Amino acid sequence: MASQQLAKNFKQSVVAALWLSFLTMPLMVIRVDTVEKTITWRWMHLLWMLVGSFVLALVWYFLMDRRDRGGANDGNLNTEAAPSRFSIWLNNPRVARPLMAFGLLFAVAFPFLFSMYQTNILISALIYVVLGLGLNITVGLAGLLDLGYVAFYAVGAYAYALLNYHFHLGFWAVLPLGGILGAFFGILLGFPVLRLRGDYLAIVTLGFGEIVRLVLQNWDAFSFGPSGISNIARPGFFGVTYSVSQATTYIYYIMLAFVLLTIFVTARLKDSRIGRAWLALREDEIACQAMGIDNTKAKLLAFAMGATFAGFMGVVFAAKTTFINPASFTFMESAMILAIVVLGGMGSIPGVILGAFLLMLMPEYMRAFSQYRMLLFGATMIVVMVFRPQGLIKARRKIYKVNTKPAGQA
Amino acid sequence: MSEMNSAAVLAVRNMSMNFGGLRALSDVDLEVRAGEVVALIGPNGAGKTTFFNCITGIYTPTEGEILATARDGKTHRINGMRTNLVCELGMARTFQNIRLFPSMTALENVMIGRHCRTKEGIFGAIVRGPGTRREEQHVVDTSYHLLQKVGLEQVADEYASNLPYGAQRRLEIARALATEPFLLLLDEPAAGMNPQETLELKEMVIQIRHEFAVSVLLIEHDMKMVMSLSDRIYVMEYGRVISTGTPAEISADPQVIRAYLGEETDA
Repeated sequence: MASQQLAKNFKQSVVAALWLSFLTMPLMVIRVDTVEKTITWRWMHLLWMLVGSFVLALVWYFLMDRRDRGGANDGNLNTEAAPSRFSIWLNNPRVARPLMAFGLLFAVAFPFLFSMYQTNILISALIYVVLGLGLNITVGLAGLLDLGYVAFYAVGAYAYALLNYHFHLGFWAVLPLGGILGAFFGILLGFPVLRLRGDYLAIVTLGFGEIVRLVLQNWDAFSFGPSGISNIARPGFFGVTYSVSQATTYIYYIMLAFVLLTIFVTARLKDSRIGRAWLALREDEIACQAMGIDNTKAKLLAFAMGATFAGFMGVVFAAKTTFINPASFTFMESAMILAIVVLGGMGSIPGVILGAFLLMLMPEYMRAFSQYRMLLFGATMIVVMVFRPQGLIKARRKIYKVNTKPAGQA
Repeated sequence: MSEMNSAAVLAVRNMSMNFGGLRALSDVDLEVRAGEVVALIGPNGAGKTTFFNCITGIYTPTEGEILATARDGKTHRINGMRTNLVCELGMARTFQNIRLFPSMTALENVMIGRHCRTKEGIFGAIVRGPGTRREEQHVVDTSYHLLQKVGLEQVADEYASNLPYGAQRRLEIARALATEPFLLLLDEPAAGMNPQETLELKEMVIQIRHEFAVSVLLIEHDMKMVMSLSDRIYVMEYGRVISTGTPAEISADPQVIRAYLGEETDA
């Protein structure tokens, strides 16, 4: 059986390699020099192409086979595949606790161990962790596909930038306001889309995100248009003045605290009455309402909670970069944050954190491959989605402890 | 029956439902009294599920009155009331094609039913103070208790989608019971069950009625179950109620026989 499969894979790989070589031949083999008017035939390239695509195809088929044999469950998001040895090992508290402590220690020591450049990259990654966790509430838990999430991020950033510019309000004063404004805009978006779901909801939220960006871009009197706002104040620290590198360290710690807070809040929400209502809403809207859950309230709450975190992050972002313009809030950002959630695992907090680090740090550290960077980035995403459609770390449901003593009658 | 004279918990008067030009329900009168098991039967497409959707607020009926009397004795007109409020009032339903929350555990599915009877908010959830924890534990315990009632405590932590068909049906009933209803609306609870499972289901419904003091309105095609379980039966055809009565009366009614078996057109 296995050898038969192997032969089949071999044959398929040969066909794939031949076909791909044939398709790319004009590009890879023939080089026309228009100045010298010569044609060079680089037949060696064809050979590399053949060998390379053959090996890749073989690996691909091998992995696909393994996937199909290994977990018949993988395609089905609802069924629990047997947890892998790795995840059992990771869930063992004797492993998990020291690992977490080490991670935290490393995070705290990071600005002293690495350069300011590295710290800055990590700040961006942390911002995306929070954004991912925020969107995870709307998309991952409540199942409301929001493609305009970056709008709330922009609201927070512009709130701080404008208030700072006009009224010289400080970071700490605007931070809560950014969250509140985010929530307000979340509800504002939530109302018109209450009746929509799936693709329709996605399109309307996409439109909302674009509206916010276009308004910021074109309403010069209000937002200074495409030229943006510069010289935004960095977070204050009891009136102490500090250098740029100290400011980076400071913002890094603010972000670290924020990430921990967000993890705490989203984890608590996820396993609460509200979190369960969101899950029910995601699973089956009609049944959810028929079981006495107010869909309207649950949806608005999900939009507002998700947007709150984006509002907070907008303020931090503006304070970090000290300059913002509408170009920072394009659809690409929304798509990126959504990719973090989907890639990491919808509804899974560790998954989203891992996804954020992966998607934010990978492009940074793949600069060595410079021009192939985005190609590799896309390929990685495809591979992950093919082999782990449920995301890198699948969301698990909490197992509740029951008081087996007969409880009071319902 | 001794309960025959008790007050109606659900009274539907002259209810009609039009979908554009299509009259799905026409002048339906129906009454469920406290403690009764009432069955709604009829051929496919007679409008039974439409009737359910009307009284649970999914559709707003075109004409007529729906009056529900909650446990506190107050009567409410529930035409077009929002579905979640109908449930909160105390009318909980199950669905013809099972609608559980597939990637939540069985226990969580029941816990969702407790939602409208609890009130922990966002801040309570984040802070998780003693009040919240007590409420949560109470939700878990009562939900588990309900799972025991329908014999699903062994699979409390299984995903709902992994449960066998019959168990999913029972889980839906447990979930509905968790909302503390005065009236349980069961839409074809025995569909797809084998005779043994149907028998168990019947016993369960009888037990639930006594233990939780609920009235039951059920749509069902399994005549053996309907006849042995219900106090009264309503028969629908083409959106109208064509006959009402006890099981014995219904099974003897020539109109019902005609609706089910067809009319002899030629001799």
